[in-house]
Amino acid sequence: MAQHTADQYYVPHGTKWPIVGSLGMITMLGGAAFWVNDYSLAPWAFAVGALILIYMMFGWFGQVIRESEAGLYNAQVDTSFRMGMMWFIFSEVMFFACFFGALFYARMFSVPWLGGEGTGASTNELLWQGYDAVWPTAGPAQLGGPFRTIPAFGVPFINTLILLSSGVTVTLAHHALKKDHRKGLVLWLLATVALGFVFVFLQVEEYKEAYQQLGLTLGSGIYGSTFFMLTGFHGMHVTLGAIMLTVIAIRSMRGHFKPEHHFGFEAVAWYWHFVDVVWLGLFLFVYVY
Amino acid sequence: MSIEHTHGHDHESHAAHDDHHDHKPTGFLNRWLFTTNHKDIGTLYLVFALLMFFTGGAMAMVIRAELFMPGLQLVEPDFFNQMTTMHALIMVFGAVMPAWVGFANWMIPMMIGAPDMALPRMNNWSFWILPFAFAMLLSTLLMDSGGPAAGWTLYPPLSLQGGQSFAFVVFAVHMMGISSIMGSINVIATILNMRAPGMSLLKMPLFVWTWLITAFLLIAVMPVLAGAVTMLLTDHFFGTSFFNAAGGGDPVMFQHIFWFFGHPEVYIMILPAFGVVSEIIPTFARKPLFGYTAMVYATASIAFLSFIVWAHHMFTVGMPLTGELYFMYATMLIAVPTGVKVFNWVSTMWQGSMTFETPMLFAIGFVVLFTIGGLSGLMLAITAADLQYHDTYFVVAHFHYVLVPGSVFALMAGAYYWLPKWTGHMYSEKWGKIHFWISAISVNILFFPQHYLGLAGMPRRIPDYSTQFADFNMISSIGGFIFGASQLIFVGVILHCVYKSREAASGRVWEGARGLEWILSSPPPYHSFNTPPVIDATTVAHAGEAH
Ligand code: HEM
Ligand SMILES: [Cu+2]
Repeated sequence: MAQHTADQYYVPHGTKWPIVGSLGMITMLGGAAFWVNDYSLAPWAFAVGALILIYMMFGWFGQVIRESEAGLYNAQVDTSFRMGMMWFIFSEVMFFACFFGALFYARMFSVPWLGGEGTGASTNELLWQGYDAVWPTAGPAQLGGPFRTIPAFGVPFINTLILLSSGVTVTLAHHALKKDHRKGLVLWLLATVALGFVFVFLQVEEYKEAYQQLGLTLGSGIYGSTFFMLTGFHGMHVTLGAIMLTVIAIRSMRGHFKPEHHFGFEAVAWYWHFVDVVWLGLFLFVYVY
Repeated sequence: MSIEHTHGHDHESHAAHDDHHDHKPTGFLNRWLFTTNHKDIGTLYLVFALLMFFTGGAMAMVIRAELFMPGLQLVEPDFFNQMTTMHALIMVFGAVMPAWVGFANWMIPMMIGAPDMALPRMNNWSFWILPFAFAMLLSTLLMDSGGPAAGWTLYPPLSLQGGQSFAFVVFAVHMMGISSIMGSINVIATILNMRAPGMSLLKMPLFVWTWLITAFLLIAVMPVLAGAVTMLLTDHFFGTSFFNAAGGGDPVMFQHIFWFFGHPEVYIMILPAFGVVSEIIPTFARKPLFGYTAMVYATASIAFLSFIVWAHHMFTVGMPLTGELYFMYATMLIAVPTGVKVFNWVSTMWQGSMTFETPMLFAIGFVVLFTIGGLSGLMLAITAADLQYHDTYFVVAHFHYVLVPGSVFALMAGAYYWLPKWTGHMYSEKWGKIHFWISAISVNILFFPQHYLGLAGMPRRIPDYSTQFADFNMISSIGGFIFGASQLIFVGVILHCVYKSREAASGRVWEGARGLEWILSSPPPYHSFNTPPVIDATTVAHAGEAH
């Protein structure tokens, strides 16, 4: 087979994984929808759906990895994968852009308007008299009660350093791979994985502190909403990225990837840089300013 | 393996005999559930879209029946609101968008000389998410709280009063978004990476161009919609305050985010239509498309402008005056590239030796009637006038003119144009023409009076109305019933063409047709181009355009 593949585009011939994925997705999201409506069995449906999705990913990606290692993918297939990953990351950027948009809108428009700025004078006068619009705020009705915020130059700053250095380590791993230094590859990858999980751990600790000591919750008005939505989705992406890095590290230990051919590695590295950049935006606009 | 391109098999047992590849996979499930073939997936999309077209259509019939006379006669007001909401969601996300993806799947690989789509497995998933998503959406109609009833735009705070079914709506929208994003990624990778050697970007058929640009719009805005409905979900179930002024948020913020998605969304539904019409008119005018490059640039400018005009849907929410003015002028700018397109279609027909087969009839119907919708859009773009028109039937008339005799007519035109290619048989020209004329006449009876209703002040999304609106509503409903019924002819023509028609179609089908899909047999081989075709002036329509 292999000698035929160099100039031909590989078209797979039927696959069961997508339909498995759809079943997993509907079970998980249907479960989630029942869950938020307080049906007692719903969390189980959610969990089963998630397991089906994980099974699908193992099966699907496993098959792709086997085909890749068997040399079935020529340069053109490789380009398709690259484009796929690039535009997927772009769609993720737009997803975060939506929540950043909500943050900027609240800080630049809705909160000042409630405080009487611009055309909001009568809103302030008639509905929310005496509301003084300063950020952070839980809104004129102080929803969720008083809260304190997490100072930027504590854990968040440490987390910034962690993510930035993990960007460096993953690049070092890439250089090692290109020079075929297998040991360097594995070690730098493991370092990246470790940094990723330390980040997630610190983030969890920070959430605990917010809820238990600072009175800052998802219900703390617009500040709590934007804070947890942005950092929460980011944290989910870091977790996912760290799991992807783990898989890549294990594959590296098994001898996968070649100095000139390692799309799987690069896709994960791109993804990791993406969560890194999103964090920089978060650090600046959620914590510092 | 002596074949021209390689195949993988999921099923180990097949691995030994790869010479199977020329045959379609056997067994119903194998063929349709597990398929990675762009044509089979295209067929699935098209059949699904047609089913949804009739599901959404049935809801439209309920709406028009209730509005036939003043007073409440058939349905409860809340159910009426569920019907308007579901009708729109189903037509937008279930009928028009999947139908265009179906066309993309069938045609793009054939038009650019590729063996298949770039990411065939993901292609299967993009489709197979949809039936589940719509099962979830439709299931809300059976729930205690009923389906969503706040309009397809899901504005808070009304949409947040929706009860338990709301979460199902949100997750269904998420699934549709995932499907669209994967579909678009596939389209982009296919067009940018799978073109036959010599098929430079400016030789691509316009349908391919318009889809490329549509795909970019989709990956840019579907995630934004996902974010918007996620915020609705957390506001409803988890106590966030994004759209709650008491917590410092703002319901109007939802409208901004929604329309940042929503306006590009309407272009997502119309750009592929522009593409199809730009394929059909040259074929039956027997002249190359007038101003090919201008068409490409016009499409790109429309797409760009579509990101910066969203608040023309919000002229009445109390924006600062500068905002109102900016969005008015920006919106009017869109009329310029749109005008370029209409001008070019007309110029293509100018002095052509035209014949009027069914696809051409639908394409000409598109040009004329879409333009009416574009002009009413321009009226709505005038801020001062929109203060009067907003949320009236004038808006309903506007968007139905651009969407029904616009997008839907283009879909029909494309279906008639390529049916012989897809099936290898000619459809019944007589019944196709009957379908066209009844549709074209009834669609105007249906929607034209709605302009007057709106100008006279009849609000949209209301099950009852003042008696002064009675006559035009009755006329509109009659047009609606005729239009709805006449679509059954379309189904009849398709079924006849697929199963009964004995008249074989040649490879080229239409003597004036140019483009790579026409050098393949009708029906084309299961895998389109095993070896890249030769690109020259006889095979592509725009060979002379790239200087
Ligand atoms: C010349 C181009 C166009 C202009 C200037 C234009 C302008 C507008 C304006 C100002 C509105 C808001 C009216 C209101 O709510 O008060 C509107 C609504 C709408 N337009 Fe257009 N439009 C154009 C083309 C299109 C096209 C091509 C489509 C779809 C294929 C479309 C679909 C819609 C829809 C669906 C709505 C109503 C959305 C809703 O409120 O539910 N328009 N248009
Ligand atoms: Cu618009």
